[in-house]
This record gives sequence, structure tokens and C-alpha cells, in this order.
Amino acid sequence: MASSSGSLPRYIALRVLLIIPLVWVLLTVVFLLLRVAPGDPVSATVGDRLSEDALDERRAAAGLDRPLVVQYLDYLGNVARFDFGNTFRTDTPILSIVRDQGGATLTLTVGAFLIALLIGIPLGRLAGRFRDTPGDVAIRVYGVVSYAAPLFWVGILLVVLVNAVAPSFPTNDIASPFTKLDSEAYTKTHILVVDTLLAGDTSAFLDVLQHHLLPCLTLGFLLSGVIVRLVRINVIQALQGDYVEAARARGIGEGRVVRKHAFRNALVPVITVVGLQVALTLSGAVLTEKTFNWPGVGSALVRYIGERDYIAVQGLVTFFAVVVVFTSLIVDVINALVDPRVRY
Amino acid sequence: MRGLWRTIWDTKGVARWVLVGGVLVTLVFVAFALLAPWIAPYGFAQNNIDGTKLPKLAEPGSGYLFGTNDQFYDVFSRVVWGSRTALQVIALSVVFAGIIGVPLGLVSGFLGGWVDRLLVFVMDAVYSFPALLLAIVFSFLLNDKVGGGVIPAALSLTAIYIPQYFRVVRNTTVAAREATYVEAARAIGAGPFTIMRKYLFNNVVQSVPVVATLNAADALGTLAALGFLGLGIQPTEAAEWGYDISRGLDDAQSGVWWPAFFPAMAIILLITSLTFVGEGLNETVNPALRRRRHRPFRFPQRDSAQEVSS
Repeated sequence: MASSSGSLPRYIALRVLLIIPLVWVLLTVVFLLLRVAPGDPVSATVGDRLSEDALDERRAAAGLDRPLVVQYLDYLGNVARFDFGNTFRTDTPILSIVRDQGGATLTLTVGAFLIALLIGIPLGRLAGRFRDTPGDVAIRVYGVVSYAAPLFWVGILLVVLVNAVAPSFPTNDIASPFTKLDSEAYTKTHILVVDTLLAGDTSAFLDVLQHHLLPCLTLGFLLSGVIVRLVRINVIQALQGDYVEAARARGIGEGRVVRKHAFRNALVPVITVVGLQVALTLSGAVLTEKTFNWPGVGSALVRYIGERDYIAVQGLVTFFAVVVVFTSLIVDVINALVDPRVRY
Repeated sequence: MRGLWRTIWDTKGVARWVLVGGVLVTLVFVAFALLAPWIAPYGFAQNNIDGTKLPKLAEPGSGYLFGTNDQFYDVFSRVVWGSRTALQVIALSVVFAGIIGVPLGLVSGFLGGWVDRLLVFVMDAVYSFPALLLAIVFSFLLNDKVGGGVIPAALSLTAIYIPQYFRVVRNTTVAAREATYVEAARAIGAGPFTIMRKYLFNNVVQSVPVVATLNAADALGTLAALGFLGLGIQPTEAAEWGYDISRGLDDAQSGVWWPAFFPAMAIILLITSLTFVGEGLNETVNPALRRRRHRPFRFPQRDSAQEVSS
């Protein structure tokens, strides 16, 4: 007992240290892809409109005329100081884009995750317990279809449906124009839901909440399928465990066996894999934001890709990489707190 | 192969039917892809017959099975040609990823040591990165430099799936490395290359089909997402379902549902059946999930009265 509690801080410390090489590998991959690839960002962005001299000037201003090794070290150093560079056209710091638009992505993904868990866990548990029954088959089909259906298609179906039932319900953007005007003053946390609530502006808060419904449902639908499949498989595997057989042998009813013995153990691996879904969630968020004109980081990325702004794309992709690494750290730490077997 | 067929047949319950159903639907799409010129009434970018334009947004059934879209294209023809594009891209990307991932995993798992640790670390880092973002970055670059055809699209999906083959093959290799038959091979003087090629390869590739089919399903979804973002296959190169859906979305909101609906259904059907093939294979091949049809012994079921009381 004493040794296991002693190893937890050590595990966490090790895990935190592991972040440095992990971030380094990802940053190197991003740099190699976007910088070392032939062609340069300047002529890709504005090459058709400026003379060769002007292009050289822009390259020098962006530091792109220096040797690649210098640029690489410079890039690593900047990221270490949380400086992700500035966009090429407007010279806006990437960090300020993240600050202004990250809140929308955060609330979208968190809302979607909550919806996915609410749908996914009960369905997966039912399917696992009643394996191979028609109910199981139906739930599995749901799990597969939710993952097979293109996210943007699901989103538009929801929009069409809502338009038919309640034409005044918001299906676009994060807030209605009036709320946006009012809420420009609310920049305490840059998370609109929280800001409107903190300002005590109930009507704006409700408006923002309503705007969240469809995007969160769309992204949540995608994630719920993954969770259904995970929970189902884990319940099935837990039900094959010796301790479950032992519980059955003691005469405990099947419902209680599932609830008290199998389900809890089935949830432990689920936590790990749910953590891995952060990557899927971010991928889905990019599509959801594009579908609903959601003013998040994903829309920003799509916009800069359209503008061929290499530096902005590099900065945003780097930011996503950092987010993924840090969330996986948090998930691992939670996992270690829940499951003593993790701490080695 | 006969062994695999036997395992499939002996498997109990839904898994077998899921597998068979998935294979059948996939075969329909394969037939579409192979026979597209004969099945599709028009070309994928044909908007006229001998100079007369096709009607714009004609309803399904009115001489055009799935209707026509806003670019005067026949939707049914686009769906049929789209299955050719889709299967080409996913087959290429899965094969590319396998060609790179499987040998890497085999070597890494067999050699062990710092090579193994380094490769595992890099692969895990790539795997943890959002797949769509990786594909976006790749196709962003390839679109700029190579253009938006089938091969660039397949290449931009390849990087996503390499780590998955690597992981599976590496883990099975590590487990098999210490097996008696490898030790025996070493004892009769087989070199590392021979052991990997002759002894380990056949044993570790068994898990690859499951990964490959599941990746194929995922690749199709990612391809459609790239098409939706305007990054995948350019419309002049081939018919692509994701692009067709994104073009049809505005029309769909104003009640013209067919230009987006049919490609969407094609995507859903093909991904679903590929996933069924993968999951069915998994449940028949993976002994932890498999259930035999004839179980030697089962505990009798408890009666329901007791269950209520507990």
C-alpha cells in the first residue's frame, strides 16, 4: 500500500518529463513537412502579385532567408515560449487567434463529449450485457453508422430537420448578431458561454447555449458511436473474467453482476481510450466548425489553408499538437489516479 | 486460407453474418468501380449529350435515376464513378501504409533495443496527432506541388495509417520473438533476415487484414472530409463523393436533397460494410472475442425470479 502511494508522484513526474521529447518529435514533423518541403511560403501566398525584390524583402522580414537549421532552432525556441508565430498577411499573432477563437472550440468539444458520454455509456453497456440479441445488433449498427455518416452530412440533416420543426431556432454561428454586438464587451475569459454568464446577461447566455445545441449534437453523435463500441467490448471482456464467474457462482443475479462487478472494471480501459479520442474530437471539430460557420480554431485553420498562409497553418497545427500532448498527459494522470495498475 | 474459412464458419452468432453481409455490400461497390464505364449512363464530368445540356437539378426518376445536380451532372453516374475513385484511393493508401508499416514493425520488434524504442516513440507521437489534421497538412502541400489527383490523395492518407500497422506488427513480433520455433530456427543457424522473412512474417501478418479493413473504412471517411474542405481530389480529376456532398449541401437546405443524399448514402454504406468486414474478421480471428458455435459446457441460466429478488 505504502509503495503504491509513493509511486504515484514518481509516475506523474516521469509522465511530465516524457512530454518534452513527445512535443519535440511532433514539432520536428510539423517543421519538416511545412518548411523543408520544396517551395517557400512567401511565393505561395503572394507570389503572383509582387516583384522578385519585394518577395525577397518579405522573406527577409519573415526570417525565411536564414539557413533552415537556424529557422528550426528559432521555431523550437519560440514554441517553448508559447509563441506560435504571426500570420503572413495580417501579421496577427497566432496566439491571439487561439485566444479569441479557442473558447468556441473548447465549449463545442466539451459539449460534444458530454453528449457522447450520455448516449454512449448506457447504450454500450446494454449491448455488452445482451450480446448477440437484436438489441445488441441495433446498437452496434448505431455505433457503426454514427461513425460512417459524414459529419457534415449529419449536421446538415439536423439543420434541415430543425428548420422544418422550429424555423426560428439558430442553426448557424455561435451567437445571433444582436448578442454578438452586446457581448463584445465580455472578454473576461474569451469563452462566450462563461462570459455572458459572468456578466449576468441571461438572454445572451441562453442565446449562446441554443447555438451550441446543433453543433454539439453533431460532433457528439460521431463520438458516441466510438464510446458505444468501446464500452460494449469492454463489458463483454469483463463479463468473461474469473471474478465475474465467481460472483455468478455466489448466486448474485446477472443484473447485479453487470452493475457492480463487470461494469466498473469495464470502465477503466474506457477512460484510457476516451483520452485517445481527443485527436478524433479535434478532427471532428474542424469539420463541425466548417459546417456550422462556428468561429473556432478549426475554422481559422481552414481559412488560412484557403489563403495558402503557410506560417499561420504551421502555427495552428503546432498549437493543435501541443493541445493533444497536454490533454493526453492529463488523461494519463487521471488514469493513474483511478487504476493502481497503471503506476509502474 | 482454408483455416480462416473454417474459423469463420465455426464462429457463433452474429459475427459470421456481419462478416458475410459486409463482404457482399463491399463486392457491389467493387463491381461498380470495375464496371463503371458500363454501369454509369454518363461520364463523371459529362454535362451534355452531343452538345445538348442535361437538365439542371432534375428530380430523381425523371429519366435520371438519382436526378441531376447543379452542374448538370447525372448523380447516379457520379455515384458509380465515385466508387471507382473511393476504392482506388483507399486501396492505394492502405497498401502504401502497409508496405511501410509492416516491415518497420517487424524489424523494430525483432531487433528491439534503442531502434525499437525510438521508432515506437515517433510512431506513437504521429498516432496521437489528429488524423484529419495530418491529412489536411499533407494534401495542402501535395495540392500545391503535385495537384489534386487520386495518387496525391492516397499519399496524404498514407501517413495516418502507418503507425497502426507498425504497432500491431511490432507487438506481435515482440511476443513471437521468444517463441520456441524462433529459437529452433536460430539454433539451426538462421540469420536475422531469414528468421524475419521465413518464420516471423507469416505469423505476424495475420492481424494485418483486420487493421487494413478498418483503416480502409476510416480512409474513406477522411477522403470525404478532405473533399468537403476542398482539399481532396479536384473535381476535374475524378468524381469524389465528399466533394459532391459539400456542393449539394446548400441545395439540400432549400429542399433539393438528391445531389448530396445519394453520395452520402454511398459513403455510409461502404464505410459500414467495410467496418463490418473488419469487425467480423476481428471477432472470428481474435480468440479473446471469438465464440465457437459448439461450446462444450455452459452453466445453466439462473431463473428470472431470483434475479428480481437480488
